[in-house]
Amino acid sequence: MKGSPFSDRNSKTSDKTTINVTDGTLIPLKDEGSLLSAWNISFFGAIALLVLLPILSPDPYLHILSFVPDGLVATFSVTLISIFFALLIGLFAGLGRISQNRSINRIATVYVEIIRGIPLLVQLFYIYYALGPLLRLEGPSAAIVAMSVCYGAYMAEIFRAGMQAIPRGQMEAALALGMSRSMAMRKIIIPQTIRIILPPIGNEFIALLKDSSLVSILAVSDLLRRGREYASTTFRYFESYTVIALIYLVMTLFFSRLVAMMEEKLRHRGKVH
Amino acid sequence: MEKYIEIIDAVKNFGSVRALQGVSITVKKGEVVLIIGPSGSGKSTLLRSINRLERLDSGRILIDGESVTDPGADIRHIREEVGMVFQSFNLFPHLTVLDNITLAPICVLKKNKDEAIETARRLLAKVGLSDKEKAWPEQLSGGQQQRVAIARALAMNPKVMLFDEPTSALDPEMIKEVLDVMTELAREGMTMLVVSHEMGFARAAAHRIIFMDAGQIVEEAPPDTFFTSPREERTRKFLEHIL
Repeated sequence: MKGSPFSDRNSKTSDKTTINVTDGTLIPLKDEGSLLSAWNISFFGAIALLVLLPILSPDPYLHILSFVPDGLVATFSVTLISIFFALLIGLFAGLGRISQNRSINRIATVYVEIIRGIPLLVQLFYIYYALGPLLRLEGPSAAIVAMSVCYGAYMAEIFRAGMQAIPRGQMEAALALGMSRSMAMRKIIIPQTIRIILPPIGNEFIALLKDSSLVSILAVSDLLRRGREYASTTFRYFESYTVIALIYLVMTLFFSRLVAMMEEKLRHRGKVH
Repeated sequence: MEKYIEIIDAVKNFGSVRALQGVSITVKKGEVVLIIGPSGSGKSTLLRSINRLERLDSGRILIDGESVTDPGADIRHIREEVGMVFQSFNLFPHLTVLDNITLAPICVLKKNKDEAIETARRLLAKVGLSDKEKAWPEQLSGGQQQRVAIARALAMNPKVMLFDEPTSALDPEMIKEVLDVMTELAREGMTMLVVSHEMGFARAAAHRIIFMDAGQIVEEAPPDTFFTSPREERTRKFLEHIL
């Protein structure tokens, strides 16, 4: 049974399972609720600056703020579409990673190893410049393909860890009730997995939102590129990039709080034992 | 009475561990058989082979004439008819008590929802947990969880019930509530195979006791003979430890 996800875990040892994936923003903890928490300082500080700067000094801050919303749309489109495909790829690659079928397992593992071993920036260059002409990919689609494929590999590891964290007895109980393996996956294992992996997936979403700034080099007019366009015509580098940085900060902090709240809510609906 | 479960010369190895070394057992319809033995004696493996959670290396198992061990066997259909209760309960933590019980009847047996709920409520009443249908498993005590697990297995209307150390993970004061449900089930004529060291249950409900050691059957006898006059030395030694 080597390689089976349900083979070497008993139900007693896994109730302390947590998945730690770094490289996101910090997900706020519940007990950090004080007014002066790091989150409050950064979030409301950034918002205050974004409100006060245009009021106190409309030129250039108000101009910058009115110039960048197009980029915000592009940033969100790339992020949301990429996270959608990354989740799909991650689910199947994650299932592949725990598959007992050797070739499927090998393919999924090689995919994860290769992708995680190459920096995202290099992957973006590779898909846009090296493969782009062959695949006829425009900037935005190349960006989405590259981000999805890259984040899919990280998602795969989250799905794998999440599914392996479900005690083996859950699958056995489902099988003993006459369910097929795939039905047991759909009805029993994956719903429980989602509860475990939601925080790391939220973290990946935030990381992807940040990394989406890399696509500005692929002729995608995202938030960062709009800021750069403004800066290069007005030479207001300090002001432009300050606003861009603050907008990114507000977004990532907002989503990290959202993820924390979702996690808290899920915690009440049936813990994984 | 007819043979209902036939285990013929079952052999199973885990690497170098010889879990089952040619075990043969016949269980008749309505019979309650208790399997006891030291840990590592192969009793759980034997039980888990009956619904093929473990695959035998060799040997055959028949349930009502249908082969479980045949590679082409419709194992899902067989599992529908064989209920199983685990030591660690294995309730589905993301589903309420009621949904735990109705899930398989709805998804596997394709029963309509109202019918499944009606059956579930009847079974919850039977195990004494009518007031818990909306509870989450984590809100229940171990004994309550195990009774729900029994109701969940019964909801499939099985012909046989397998109990794999159903009370071993329970605090002493909760053991009785689970054993009472099992005794009641035995009295109703359910065919049961129970791996357990609960001697009270053995005396009250078992028709036969099988003592296993090192992957083999050492001795089998009705409870009164088994406890009062065991034939084998190994059985006597073991009984000294647990009685």
